[in-house]
Amino acid sequence: MDSAIVPYLFYLFSFVIVVSGLLVVTMKDIFHCALFLILCLFSVAGIYVLLGADFIAAVQVLLYVGAIAVLMIFAIMLTAKVSGIGIKQQNEQVPIAIVTTVAFVAIALYGLGKTIWNIKIDAVIPDNTTMAIGKLLMTTYVVPFEIVSVVLLAALIGAIVIARRN
Amino acid sequence: MREFSWIIPLLPLLSFLVILLFTRENRKLSSAISIGAITIGFIYAIGLLIRQLGDNSEFEMRFAWAVFPTMSLEVGILIDSLTTMMLVVVTTVSMLVQIYSLGYMHGDPRFSRYFAYLSLFTFSMLGLVLANNFFLVFIFWELVGLTSYLLIGFWFEKKSASDAGKKAFITTRIGDMGFIVGILLLSIYAGTLNYKEVFAQAAGGVIPTAALSLAGVFIFCGAVGKSAQFPLHVWLPDAMEGPTPVSALIHAATMVAAGVYLVARSMAIYANAPTAGMVVATIGIITAVLAASIALVQNDIKRILAYSTVSQLGYMIMALGLGSFTAGTLHLLTHAFFKALLFLCAGSVIHAVHTQDIQFMGGLRGKMKITFWAMFIASLSIAGIPPLSGFWSKDEIVTSTMGHPVFMVLTLLVAFMTAFYMFRLIFLTFFGTPRDQHAYDHAHESPRTMTMPLQILMVLSICAGWVAIPWLKEGYSMFVYFHEPEAAQPHYLIMLVSSVVALSGIGLAYLVYYKRSISADALATKFKPLYTTLYNKWYFDEIYDRVLIKPVLALTSGLWTFDNGVIDWVVNFFGKFTVWVSDVKQWFDVHIVDGAVNGLGYTVWSFGALIRQVQTGRVQLYGFFIVFGIVVMLLIKVV
Amino acid sequence: MEISLAHYLALAAILFGIGMFGVLTRRNAVGILMSIELMFNAVNINLVAFNRFVTPADFTGQIFSIFVIVVAAAEATVGLAIVLLIYRNFRDIFVDNINLMKW
Repeated sequence: MDSAIVPYLFYLFSFVIVVSGLLVVTMKDIFHCALFLILCLFSVAGIYVLLGADFIAAVQVLLYVGAIAVLMIFAIMLTAKVSGIGIKQQNEQVPIAIVTTVAFVAIALYGLGKTIWNIKIDAVIPDNTTMAIGKLLMTTYVVPFEIVSVVLLAALIGAIVIARRN
Repeated sequence: MREFSWIIPLLPLLSFLVILLFTRENRKLSSAISIGAITIGFIYAIGLLIRQLGDNSEFEMRFAWAVFPTMSLEVGILIDSLTTMMLVVVTTVSMLVQIYSLGYMHGDPRFSRYFAYLSLFTFSMLGLVLANNFFLVFIFWELVGLTSYLLIGFWFEKKSASDAGKKAFITTRIGDMGFIVGILLLSIYAGTLNYKEVFAQAAGGVIPTAALSLAGVFIFCGAVGKSAQFPLHVWLPDAMEGPTPVSALIHAATMVAAGVYLVARSMAIYANAPTAGMVVATIGIITAVLAASIALVQNDIKRILAYSTVSQLGYMIMALGLGSFTAGTLHLLTHAFFKALLFLCAGSVIHAVHTQDIQFMGGLRGKMKITFWAMFIASLSIAGIPPLSGFWSKDEIVTSTMGHPVFMVLTLLVAFMTAFYMFRLIFLTFFGTPRDQHAYDHAHESPRTMTMPLQILMVLSICAGWVAIPWLKEGYSMFVYFHEPEAAQPHYLIMLVSSVVALSGIGLAYLVYYKRSISADALATKFKPLYTTLYNKWYFDEIYDRVLIKPVLALTSGLWTFDNGVIDWVVNFFGKFTVWVSDVKQWFDVHIVDGAVNGLGYTVWSFGALIRQVQTGRVQLYGFFIVFGIVVMLLIKVV
Repeated sequence: MEISLAHYLALAAILFGIGMFGVLTRRNAVGILMSIELMFNAVNINLVAFNRFVTPADFTGQIFSIFVIVVAAAEATVGLAIVLLIYRNFRDIFVDNINLMKW
């Protein structure tokens, strides 16, 4: 990447993420929230690219946007009859949640600022991350890989069982 | 022989216990035991008399019972001529009365108890006579009073009888209070209560005269009570509520004589304290005159005899007070016999006509021969007609008043009155036409058990006084004396005067009640106020009632009300207080204790109600709590 | 200005906060799930950023984030199945009203 435009891109992506995130959590119409979620997820993928994690960016788009967000939309549509105009989308905990969240974020930022990160200055970012990740998945992290597949299987069966019509 | 004379009182005591404990159901056995006991006593007493006549020495047996530093109380016997004379009198009359009672009390439901009481009385009286010190005599004194109470109120279902018993006991008690004071005075001043020691000190001038006089007067108080002298004479007429044999024994011959005996025994005190002696004599003559005057107008046969007894006792007391030991004790002896006889005859008459009012009698001479002759002889004796026993003792009494003209005149007056009322009794009861035909028809002579004692006593009434015939060399006064024996002197003038007085009394009665030349009713109306006063016994009972009894009763009633009120108030107060306390406690328990418990429960519940609101069931709230907790932890860590 | 680790971490923190806010406040169950996805994404950003700046030669962070994505997918699946079930039974997906666990 050309390091000159990184900051701009970063701020652009960050802005989109934050704004769309806020919209996700505050919009009245749940469908609009889903759409903004998709936008947010795309932006996160952009951040990944800036960080040089291209494989992760691809996976993000594929899984999150392609599967999960679509799943969300399915769910919204299946429970659509409930949503309507005039129904509140946010509960009464809003004030205290704002306070707590702001506090949390403030503390986190404060902690961030104070910490001296162990940053490797001249780091060589590998070009092709996909091959490396693939190799690692099959060698060092093969066990978690298999387990994760079992988890997916369980989730699959579980979802079917739960949502089954008797 | 004299060492065992304590058997004489002991046997009747045993008789009392045996009858009361074992043989109450068996009437014949009870009476047999009682009469047997007294008969043995009688025989023993005769034996003692014979021995004493041979050897007139004193005999004393002493046991120290309770020894104190300043004085000791003892139990003992003193036997001298006076004692022997009293023993014979008491045992003789008791024996005859008990035999008489077999017939008189026949059919009474409490027959055995009657004999038990009689035995108890005999024991007490004999003990009194044998005692050798004031303390012991006081014990028996009280016992005699107790048995008198029991016997007067023997038919206690009748209210008048039980009241009479109470009256007797209480009145004599008043006298006994004085007696105790006298005993205490003696114990303080003489340091002993033994007769011989006290009298020795009295004669020797060891005791100051003033103290001696006072002691004498107080001891005499006991005699005033027991011998029914003025002013404590009121109980004796009422005591006639008891069975007639009881009246004969106790209230004629023996118990009332105890007072006379006491004064006689304490002669040393009265001889050496002339003031006391004069007090005694004065009371005696007042009593004699008073009682005789009342007897003039009474209609109850027993009342007449009761007042007569009081009057004669007054004679004895007066004689002793004036210093004549012989006269007083001699009259005691003769009076015991003829008065007992009079009472028993009265009992016989009452038994026959079932009434005690002489106004309803009359003409019984033909129907009850033995009774009539016995009563007639006894009346002659009491009137003092020679040569019967009463004449000799009456003479001695008149003789003792020589040197005291007032006393002599009054004595002769009493003699006149005595003769009059006794023959009034005789004429109204046995002569003339029967006033109650129904009673007259049913009248009959009494059974042998009743007439036999009458006959014996009749003989004694005639000759008992012959021991004091003045021409005897070794007469009564040589045997029973105070200080030293003295030979009796005949006083012809006195004999003549007293006989004349007696005969005129009889004559007047003859005129009024037999010949009817003077009308009794006319006399009564002419002297109406006097008659009414005499008839109402000089209003003594009424005065006592108003002045003494009613105030005391009012006071006690008032005190009782106060006591009751106060105590009731206190008790109620405690009751109410306890109730109030328990109310408070209940309130406390309900509100505070229960409140605490309930409150605890409520507190826990309300806390729970407060806290469970956390469990909204909404997961987002839980999520919030988690985040909040994390934030807080971070804050703590970072800040 | 050079974009350093801190920037990415700050971004992740903010995104995490937004997601947390959404979890705490949204009434729609699907909305909550979407907020959770935001939080997952924030975590992923963190992981990848650390991987890039602290251990660039090593791909542990990225692999970790792959696994996070996969598990997030599984979780979204099951979660949405449950939401459907709730919708079927209660005819309502506002979690405010699903309070069977209320005292």
